[in-house]
Order: sequence, then C-alpha cells, then structure tokens
Amino acid sequence: MLTVNELHASVEEKEILKGINLQVNPGEVHAIMGPNGSGKSTLSTVIAGHEDYEVEKGNILFDGEDLAELDAEQRAHKGIFLSFQYPVEIPGVTVTNFIKTAINASRKAQGLEDMPANEMLKKIREKAALLEIDSKFLSRSLNEGFSGGEKKRNEIFQLAMLEPKLAILDETDSGLDIDALKIVANGVNKLKNKDNAVVVITHYQRLLDYIVPDYVHVLYNGRIVKSGTKELAHELEAKGYDWIKQELA
Amino acid sequence: MAYTEEELKKELETKEYEYGFYTDIESDTLPIGLNEDIVRAISKRKHEPEWMTQWRLEAFAAWKQMEEPEWANVHYKKPDFQAISYYSAPKKKDKYESLDEVDPELLETFNKLGISIDEQKKLAGVAVDIVMDSVSVATTFRDTLAEKGIIFCSISEAIKDYPELVKKYIGSVIPIKDNFYAALNSAVFSDGSFCYIPKGVRCPMELSTYFRINQAGTGQFERTLVIADEGSYVSYLEGCTAPSRDENQLHAACVELIALDDAEIKYSTVQNWFPGDKEGKGGVFNFVTKRGICHTNAKISWTQVETGSAVTWKYPSCILKGDNSIGEFYSIAVTNNYQQADTGTKMVHIGKNTRSTIISKGISAGKSQNSYRGLVQVNPKAKNARNFSQCDSLLMGNDCGAHTFPYIEARNNSAQIEHEATTSKIGEDQIFYCNQRGIDTEKAIALIVNGFSKEVLNKLPMEFAVEAQKLLEISLEGSVG
Repeated sequence: MLTVNELHASVEEKEILKGINLQVNPGEVHAIMGPNGSGKSTLSTVIAGHEDYEVEKGNILFDGEDLAELDAEQRAHKGIFLSFQYPVEIPGVTVTNFIKTAINASRKAQGLEDMPANEMLKKIREKAALLEIDSKFLSRSLNEGFSGGEKKRNEIFQLAMLEPKLAILDETDSGLDIDALKIVANGVNKLKNKDNAVVVITHYQRLLDYIVPDYVHVLYNGRIVKSGTKELAHELEAKGYDWIKQELA
Repeated sequence: MAYTEEELKKELETKEYEYGFYTDIESDTLPIGLNEDIVRAISKRKHEPEWMTQWRLEAFAAWKQMEEPEWANVHYKKPDFQAISYYSAPKKKDKYESLDEVDPELLETFNKLGISIDEQKKLAGVAVDIVMDSVSVATTFRDTLAEKGIIFCSISEAIKDYPELVKKYIGSVIPIKDNFYAALNSAVFSDGSFCYIPKGVRCPMELSTYFRINQAGTGQFERTLVIADEGSYVSYLEGCTAPSRDENQLHAACVELIALDDAEIKYSTVQNWFPGDKEGKGGVFNFVTKRGICHTNAKISWTQVETGSAVTWKYPSCILKGDNSIGEFYSIAVTNNYQQADTGTKMVHIGKNTRSTIISKGISAGKSQNSYRGLVQVNPKAKNARNFSQCDSLLMGNDCGAHTFPYIEARNNSAQIEHEATTSKIGEDQIFYCNQRGIDTEKAIALIVNGFSKEVLNKLPMEFAVEAQKLLEISLEGSVG
C-alpha cells in the first residue's frame, strides 16, 4: 500500500530525513518510535504532502502511484489520513460542518454527489457513539477551547468518518489520560480491517499496549535504524533510546 | 440558528426573487458640472414641488461651503465634482446581442452565484427575448402591502404622493449640513426608496429595494427613507449580491430610518459594487451616510456585508433618543487587492436604559486596508446605558492591513461599556489541516472566513445568508497562495 524508497526530505534547506525505507501492506499496523527530533513528525508531514517540505531524493508510492505530483488534498482523496499531533482551531466552524465539508470534498473528487443529509447524520451518530462523543461536542467550533484529549478524540472521529486506507497517527497518545487513551485505541481497533493500514507514531510503549503493532521501527537522526516486532517496543521502554544510540556509535 | 444550511439552500433554490419595483424616469442626461441651475433642473425633471427644490438648493448652498473630509483611513484621488453629470436616467440600452460577447470572468461569477441565464443577460446588458414584466409583479406586490396600509415606492413618487410624510421626515435624521457627501446627496439625489409602515403593522414580507436585475441601473445618488410608525415592524433588504459594474465612479447615498415608539426596523445590506481590477484600477467610491433614530422602546438593527467598492466610507448609526431603545450593528467588511474600507458605526445614547451592540468582522486580503471606526457616545441623561462592542479582524497574507479606531465618550457614570477586539491571521497550518482532510485551499479559506463571520451571517435574512456566504467566497478567491 505504502512504499517509501530511500526518502530524503528537507525543510528550510535543512535535511531532516536521510534515506527512509518503509513498506506498509494492507491489514498491517506499524509503529514508528524514536527520540525527539529524529524526524518522526517530518515523515508523516511529508507523506501527507505539506508543500514546505522538499523531497530531495527518493519517492513515496501509494498503491503503486508516485505521490510526488499530488497536492495534500489529492493525497487525502486517495485515502491518506493524518491524525495531527497539534490539531488547529477553526473558530466558528463546527465539528459537524467541518467533517461534512471534508467528506463531500472527497466524494466530489471521486465524482460522487454530496452525501445525503440523513445518511450523513446517521454516520455521524454511529461514529460519535463509537468514540463516546457527546452530541453537544459536535456543534462546538473545531478544536476551539478543546482539551488535549478532546482534540485527539476529534481527530479519531474524523478518521472514523473518512475511513481512509492509510491512517497515520502522530503522537495521538500525547495529552490523553488513560481512559481517553483506551477509548481512542478501541476506536482505532474497531476501524481496523484487512484492507486498511495504520502507522502509529509515538514516543512511548503505552499506546502500543492497546493498538498492537505488527512491526516496530526506530527512527533516529532521519533514518530507520532498527526494525522488529512489538518486542522491540518493550525493549525500548525498558532500556531507553540511549541503547540504540550506543549501538550505532 | 433554527435553520440548517441545507434547509437554507433548499429554500433558496425554490424561492424566486419575487419582490421589487422599478420606476421609469424619462431618459435624458444633463450636462456635466454642478451649480444652482443644475440643481433646479434636476428638481424640475422630476416634477418636484417648490419646497423640495428649495430644500435641494439649501443643501447645495451648504455643500459649497464644505470640504471633503480627510479623516478616514483611505487614500484616493478626489473626484472632480464639476466633471460629473448629476442627472442621468438609468440607461436600459442593450449593449450586446448575446452572452458570448460578455466578459467571461463576469459570467463565471454569475454562475457561481447561481444567477439564472435570463438574469445574467439583464445584468450584463444583453438583449432578452422575454422581458420580465416588473410592472405587473410590482403591482401584485403593492396590492398586498396596500391592504395593510404600507407604502413602498420610489422616493420620487413619495414626494409627489405623500408630500407631508416626506416633508416631515426627510433630513430629520441626517440634516442637510451633516457632512460633505450627505449635503451633496441632498442637493442632487436622483432617486431611491420610500417606505412607511403604519401604526401597529407588522410588514408581512422582507421589503427589498430592487429586483436583483434592476440594481444594474441604480443611480449614483440614492436617497432612502424608512418610517416605522408606532409599534410597527419592518425588515428591509438593500443591494444585491450580483456584481455591479457601474461606470459611475462616485456613489454617495443617504439612508434615513425613523423608528417611532415601540417600532422595530431591521435593515440589511449586501454591497458588491465593482471594487476595481487586480491592480486597483477603476472601482466605485462608496461614500454613504446611514443613520436611524429610535424613539421610546424602539429598535434598529443594521446588518451589512460589504465586499465591493474601491473605497468605502460608511457608518450606519443609531441615535437612541427614546428611553429603553436598542441599536445594533452587525458588519462584515471584506477587502481584497487594493480595496480600502473605513467603516463602522455610531451609537449615540440619549435616552435612559438604552442599549447598543456592535459586532464588526473585518477581513483583509491582498494589499487592502480595512478599518473599523466606531463611536459609542453616552450623553449625560442616558442613565444606565449599555454598550457591547466586538471588533474582530482576520488577515490573509502579509501585505494587507486591519485597523481599529474605537471612540468612547461616556458622560454618565452609570454607563457600562465593553469593547473587545481580536486580530488573527489565516494560518498556513489551518489551510494544511483542511487540505489534509481533502478540502482544497479555496474551499478551506471559504470555510475559515465563514466561520469567522458566522455571528453576523446569522443575522441576515435567509434570502441573503447563503448568497452572502458565496459572495465572501468569491470575493476572496485567489487571495492565498
């Protein structure tokens, strides 16, 4: 589904990614871990297509198609979803209105009519229930005055609504208390099937107790320096990242 | 809001612009320049009574002594007032044989606004096979109103048919010497609208100054007078969302509202005059004086969406003369490219327990300058006056400006005045967030701007709300990235 080949990327002329290789197949859950500043968020931002990030070398294929020429919204239409580490506020635009606009934009790109209002409403109710979201929440302005946990839950709500092929969760666990973490993880697990894939970016093992990865990669200094199964995450939790750094030195 | 967006859309689709009237004026044009003879000639062409002619002459005499104001935060080349023709009946001449000859950019805008082909032809000045019979529509419409004793006609007709009402109220809220442009308007106003709602009558429909199509021929100097008698209610719509390409560079309108005891007037405007091209060439100068007076327990609400004009100078105001009266001002002003707007309101608290609310949303893009200028004045006798003002500015890009000039004069210790102001910028991170959800940049901007303007959009009558949203979208097209 997602193939990253020897990817080098820079922002403001500073090289952050220095040759990333990654293969994600349908039905798989990958975790990308690593210390601060290793390039985890950059990788997700580059895959999502932020125009401030320059791909210097290598490429990203999605379902075999090179993403180089596609804008961020076109990548979204293809089924790439990024759950942001810091979701932005859009005052005056309700959670409901925003997700409706997003869904209909993707439908339009696929040559479909707007989703009928009753179908939309039904889907919103169903997904809100899945994530234990109160209906009052849906009429609040997007992320405005939301707690950290509410913001993340809203990201996963959008994920549930948009049903992408590939979901990249960037530090979704940060700002979540244990109860919220369980709800969010439970939501992600219910959405998981053999045709879609999840990439979880995290500092900590904690989230991986609930969203269990098939593969764990360690990103350090712009490269994937170690890959393994979920045991690798436990090892990192126990030993810290210094162990990796030493191994590399 | 009780209605959802879908319901509004549906309502708009099925709803025709069913109201309006059109006054035919004998067509001829006076020579350029302005002097007493011209003022007399205008009055004569319109078959006005002597008192009206005298009133105009008095205004002209006052205007001659006045100077064009320079305090507004706008810069433009002053019009040469002697190079303008002050009487030019709306021309109804067809300019083109078919729509193919019309500027495609203009047609695209029409399509985006969802204007029908027939209306498009009218607006662009294309010959139409079936002429929409505005006279008969107007007649049916006026019959309905007449049953309730409501008078709704052109100001020219009102001067002839209801001289007592006009004489009593014209210039009563905006005196002829009020300001340079008001004096000019009083001297040379070409036409406009007149409305009178009798005691205790609730006007059953939104009164709209013009058919959308008639707007294309609107004159330079409009005069509007709305009188709501005791205990009556009227909602009045002015302007149109269709872009008006007008050769007249200078527009100086006057609107006077009179809300007698317990009356309520809701006055909504959507202004979309030609703003000039992307380099800032051309465009309309819109210097408008709008003011209403509230008697005891009366209420006046001004709601405006200003997207057009090269230069806007406009301060719809309320004189809260009566005890317990209420004034409201809700405004969205959008400037793009080289547009300049200096707009706001004046709330003059005279009566006891008077209340006013000001919500102003300024959106600046391109190289434009957008200023809010507002005065809240509490007079010594205005015990327990209350005001709440909120001025929010949204900036797009790095070359535009937003300015806020709030003036507060409180001369009574019991007054409570609150002022809140915010300035924000549409961030690239907001755009990227939307993009990542599949929403393209144009649509993302529209979404953000609509969210920002929501409190004011919600105040618009339904007919206008969805159109105004689309208009905001179009006005800001191409303003980011």
